[in-house]
Amino acid sequence: MGAKVVTVTSGKGGVGKTTTTANLGVALARMGKKVVLIDADIGLRNLDIVMGLENRIVYDMVDVIEGRCQLRQAMIKHKQFPDLFLIPAAQTRDKTAVSPTDMIQTADKLRPEFDFILIDSPAGIERGFRNAIAPADEVLIVTNPEVSAVRDADRIIGLLEANNKGPGKLILNRVKAKMIEKGEMMSADDVTDILAIKLIGIVPEDEGVIPSSNSGNPISQNENSRAGQAFRNIARRLNGEDVPFMQLNENSGIFQRIARLFSGGQSE
Amino acid sequence: MQEQTVAIKGIKDGLLVALSPTEEWQTITADLAARIDQQSAFFAGARITVDLGERPVPKHELGSLKALLERRGLSLWAVLSDSTTTVDAAHALDLRTTTSTPIPGREDDVESEFDPEEDGTVGVMIKRTLRSGRTVNSAGHVVVLGDVNPGAKIIAAGDIIVWGRLRGIVHAGADGDENAVVCALDMTPMQLRIASYITTSPQDKRRQPKPEIASVRKEQIIVEPWTY
Repeated sequence: MGAKVVTVTSGKGGVGKTTTTANLGVALARMGKKVVLIDADIGLRNLDIVMGLENRIVYDMVDVIEGRCQLRQAMIKHKQFPDLFLIPAAQTRDKTAVSPTDMIQTADKLRPEFDFILIDSPAGIERGFRNAIAPADEVLIVTNPEVSAVRDADRIIGLLEANNKGPGKLILNRVKAKMIEKGEMMSADDVTDILAIKLIGIVPEDEGVIPSSNSGNPISQNENSRAGQAFRNIARRLNGEDVPFMQLNENSGIFQRIARLFSGGQSE
Repeated sequence: MQEQTVAIKGIKDGLLVALSPTEEWQTITADLAARIDQQSAFFAGARITVDLGERPVPKHELGSLKALLERRGLSLWAVLSDSTTTVDAAHALDLRTTTSTPIPGREDDVESEFDPEEDGTVGVMIKRTLRSGRTVNSAGHVVVLGDVNPGAKIIAAGDIIVWGRLRGIVHAGADGDENAVVCALDMTPMQLRIASYITTSPQDKRRQPKPEIASVRKEQIIVEPWTY
């Protein structure tokens, strides 16, 4: 059947693309899927750190493309999940070292062996972004409930549509339910009002994400974490399951709004 | 006798009442009053055009005819006449002296040629939401069937119509046409410009979206509800 290639992008930096890619990778691996993660952020690589694999890097994506090694040699196996791999980015080069065609060729070589290929896109709208979306079957757009992030996400969705990769699905990350209640933060409705694409996940702000990134243990492994639960739910939805959205706080008003969003209020 | 002094006919603008040019004014107006009262249902609420032929009717007489009609709930809309006295009197009373379609025998009194052909003006149509970063330029008008998101921009020499939410930047009449307008179903632009005028929308989260039209009046941009 071949893998599904999913690119995680956002436009704005710092909204949680790398965290999302790492967590979805681990969550899918926990479900028994064969997953490879590709860090497309050449020059500013982070996915290896968040996955706890930075000490294991011998070869990277650019080495593969420039023929200094085989694809297999650049794939780092995860300590815990034997079917979870990472192809790291190069740290000493920049995004011009890789072309969209290179990305498509690499993804095609990986397709027969995996269930999912997750590509961590860099921020921005230039070459790195174009590289990352080139092989995508599906694009996930990560945003925060905050005006600048939503503005950039809108731009990205426009570019995806222009490149026939659209419209993509939305992950609303770092949501603080109490602030939304007080009217200090954009609600999911406010965001989808502007972006008008389907919501695939809402991840609550969780302090545990920082130490988990620092220690290289993605939080979706943590049963007690609400962010972890949200990422696990997104992984299940990526896999085709129909998972109801989490209740973000005790206030049933929010739950009802989210449930309404999920049950067909969004257009594809 | 009455039929000869007062002739009544339906026309596009309402009813045409032709009054004989030769009888006594009192008789004529009395005949007309009687006729109207006899057939009040027929006349109800009608717009009356009076054809006075060659009869010179000074202002006070014309005024009393107007009052006579108004007492019966009718309005004196136009006065057709070959007499300059009557025409002057009509103008003094703010009455028209032409009709919009020709009346046989009075072709010269037609106001304008009715040309059914409309050419309209050229524009572009965009049938989707404009996302942040998109720019549309047009030497004509622009119509968007969708939203204009914050960060999207439309520049048109003509008008701009947004059948959706306007949240981006628009510039209508970009070549200097101050008669250009901007319409939207939900008018909350980041920036709205018409010709050389500029404005932005007030930040009011609680407002209900309603169709509005922005235009230049008295050297500023006025936004008002679009009703018709």
